[in-house]
Amino acid sequence: MSTNAAVVETHGLRKRFGSKLAVADLSLSLAPGEIFGFLGPNGAGKTTSLKMLLGLIEPSGGEGRLLGRPIGDRAARAKVGFLPEHFRFQDWLTGRELLRAHGRLYGLGGADLEARAESLLARVDLLDAAHVRLRDYSKGMQQRAGLAASLLNDPQVVFLDEPTSGLDPLGRRLVRDLMHELKGRGVTVFLNSHLLGEVEQTCDRVVFLKAGRVVREHVLGGGDLALDVELRAEGLGPAGLEALARLGEVRDHGAGLLVRVPGPAAVPEIARAVVAAGAKLHHLAARRTSLEEMFLEVMGDEGRPG
Amino acid sequence: MRRFWTLVVLTLHEAARRRILVAALLGALAFLVLYGIGFHFVAKEAAAHNVASAIQRRLIFTFFTLAGLYATNFLVVLSAVLLPLDTLSGDIASGVMQTLAAKPVRRSEILLGKWFAYWLVCAGYLALVAGGVLGIAWFHSGFVPPNAVAGLALMLLEATGFVSLSIAGGARLTTVTNGVVAFALYGLAFIGGWIEQIAAFANNLPARNVGTVASLLVPTEALWRLAAHLMQPRLMAELHLTPFSPAAVPSAAMVWWAGGWTVVVLAWGLRGFAKRGL
Repeated sequence: MSTNAAVVETHGLRKRFGSKLAVADLSLSLAPGEIFGFLGPNGAGKTTSLKMLLGLIEPSGGEGRLLGRPIGDRAARAKVGFLPEHFRFQDWLTGRELLRAHGRLYGLGGADLEARAESLLARVDLLDAAHVRLRDYSKGMQQRAGLAASLLNDPQVVFLDEPTSGLDPLGRRLVRDLMHELKGRGVTVFLNSHLLGEVEQTCDRVVFLKAGRVVREHVLGGGDLALDVELRAEGLGPAGLEALARLGEVRDHGAGLLVRVPGPAAVPEIARAVVAAGAKLHHLAARRTSLEEMFLEVMGDEGRPG
Repeated sequence: MRRFWTLVVLTLHEAARRRILVAALLGALAFLVLYGIGFHFVAKEAAAHNVASAIQRRLIFTFFTLAGLYATNFLVVLSAVLLPLDTLSGDIASGVMQTLAAKPVRRSEILLGKWFAYWLVCAGYLALVAGGVLGIAWFHSGFVPPNAVAGLALMLLEATGFVSLSIAGGARLTTVTNGVVAFALYGLAFIGGWIEQIAAFANNLPARNVGTVASLLVPTEALWRLAAHLMQPRLMAELHLTPFSPAAVPSAAMVWWAGGWTVVVLAWGLRGFAKRGL
């Protein structure tokens, strides 16, 4: 596999459960070293898609490749890490035993495995609890142990399903840092998450999945997000409003107006339009449209709590 | 092979931690204690009253030994069905299986690893209980059943059949459904076996055929009957002097049939598990 080949590639991947189409048409391509966010409301087909990529369920149609091999291929799985949403394993094992067992399942052994397990236990801050049984771990500790287990094989791609759901702010920070470290080593991270703030901080690119279909793709940090400009002005007559409407979509948001403009270049134009209309400008603040706002916009009715 | 053995060791750990294994061991121990006490008094009685002929004494000891092995067979079958009943379905339901199956492990390795671990447990259990029964019989009476090794091997094959059924069912069904199916099949074999016996005794061919069909569908009980036949002196078996002397003795072909049945059941489980969404 050349270094630029897609790590994950799917074309029209589909999964039907009886009469329900869980994933209608999934076409993705992930590059090496990319942190990819997979977003959508509950029941959109995120976990089903992830399970198809990992060979846990068989697709009903379409095709997919993982590290250049057909999905479900065992050799490809040797270079994949996976942390399920609710990480569970035989809870009588200690943290250290868990990593040893997982390492052996990856085909590792001997001093290599021991060294790798110890360094990962240290990395996820579980070295002190390595001799404690998993059943006595908190949810966050279990999740961190699962994360360490998913990295034992030095994977080329890691699938994380809601990795921070049970974690406290420190744990979340740890996961975030770890994802950036992985990216730095050229590892691709496939992140399923509901926590849009976190996705915004970590992901290079996101896609929105709605009813089993990719409905939007968005590159983060690319500067192509629209800006919302908050505005409070006194004496802005109809002419002023008209001038603002020419610059972007104007909405009343209680305390003032909100103007959505395509980019930062429009911000001084807004100030100029307000002053030109003879109004007094009290407040003007530009902020990027948040991923949450974009999510709600894309999902429409499906944005209802699930 | 490292992956396979890791799965075997993990499963052995799992089995060792189960309360049901502790219950099975305590049950076996209680049984052996009772059996030992019972045999002690039977042997004492036989010696004190100098019970008739050596042949009569032999008959009594054979009967008691076979009764002990019959109970052993039942305990082993029970364990073979119950111990591995939820090892697959439980891991699937809890999500542990997702973590296992996402590893570079064949699904067949997961199933066979679990199967082999529970087979070892059941073989050990059989060795313990049957060894206890034979030891007690030998200690009190000096009686060792003929063909004991062949008989125990047949009992082990029966246990292997039920471990396979329980594991294969777990690959396709929920835990409760799997238990119901396994015991329904055991019941079918048990009743079929008795129908075959009674029909053979009464010379009723159609009824005997019904029993034979049941034995073909679930050949495990027939293995016990063959084992019981082999483990008593020829004369007693032929004169049907104990309740454990089958009127219709399963043929050697039944052993092959049971072996083939076990392989087919396992293959059915492997096929179901390979396709199953996790």
